[in-house]
Amino acid sequence: MGLINTFSAEEPLGPNVVVTRLEAAINWSRKYSFFLYPFATACCAMEFMAVGGPRYDLDRFGAALPRFSPRQADLLMVVGTITHKQAPILVKVYNQMTEPKWVMAFGVCAVSGGFYDNYATVQGIDTLIPVDVYIPGCPPRPEMVLDGLMLLQEKVTQEKWSDWPKGPAPVKMKC
Amino acid sequence: MSPNATLDKISRQFPRSVIETHTWRGDATAIVRREDILAICTFLRDDPELAYNFMMDLTAVDYLGKAPRFEVVYHLYSLSKNQRVRIKAQVPEADCAIDSIVSVWIAADWFEREVFDLYGIVFKGHPNLKRILLYEGFEGHPLRKDYPVKQRQPLIGPLN
Repeated sequence: MGLINTFSAEEPLGPNVVVTRLEAAINWSRKYSFFLYPFATACCAMEFMAVGGPRYDLDRFGAALPRFSPRQADLLMVVGTITHKQAPILVKVYNQMTEPKWVMAFGVCAVSGGFYDNYATVQGIDTLIPVDVYIPGCPPRPEMVLDGLMLLQEKVTQEKWSDWPKGPAPVKMKC
Repeated sequence: MSPNATLDKISRQFPRSVIETHTWRGDATAIVRREDILAICTFLRDDPELAYNFMMDLTAVDYLGKAPRFEVVYHLYSLSKNQRVRIKAQVPEADCAIDSIVSVWIAADWFEREVFDLYGIVFKGHPNLKRILLYEGFEGHPLRKDYPVKQRQPLIGPLN
């Protein structure tokens, strides 16, 4: 709620009026209402369930409503290993999401391929799509995920409309 | 039938096909020529004393540097006799093919596709021999010992 009482114009108007920039107000509402799409492919999904459950509770950050259609989501959580065979699907999901959209690489496999340096594994999803926040760990602790989510919220607060990646993913794939 | 009796029976039935047999701790293994694999499998399934009606596993081994280079390995189990046997068929690199045994055990279908996918061994007579785990457009067969560890595929760009 750092937006309140930031501007001197509010003082003569009293506590009933909040003056802010439109961008800041929209960002403030966006950062507490992520609609996430869990692209869960591997064991990290268990940790995603833990972080979504009542003990750690993503809902405290307004990000507890997984949408199972990318068209209704604005936060893509890539939870687990992405294989080459799956890469076109991930890109397709990313391209279908509405803008603005953010991407979280959840776990070391999504970040860099992890220890799967082999013929079948994508060496980090940032070779395919733009990534906003990286959460390492195999799997990451729920605290790390919450920390990553708060980092993303900070990023969203400071974003301008021109900062969002627009259009389809930079890679071209048959999908 | 004991493991040794099983191997004796196969050797007597196919004296020219069976190259070598051995048992170790109750596990019977027969190394055979690939030309007769279909006949051997049919015999193992249909002989009333053997009755190997369950094909448990089909895989391959790459002995790079040896000749013949590949071995296709069949693990068979008889539900009624509670017996197991392992058949190994040698496949050379130059003519990398062997008869499909899908007509004997339908379960071999996907196993043979997997071996084809990862080792590049062609199963002649297979009804639908195409890649099963990797994607169309994958170049090479990654479980071959001479597949480069750092080899990357063209599907998703140079970074991968």
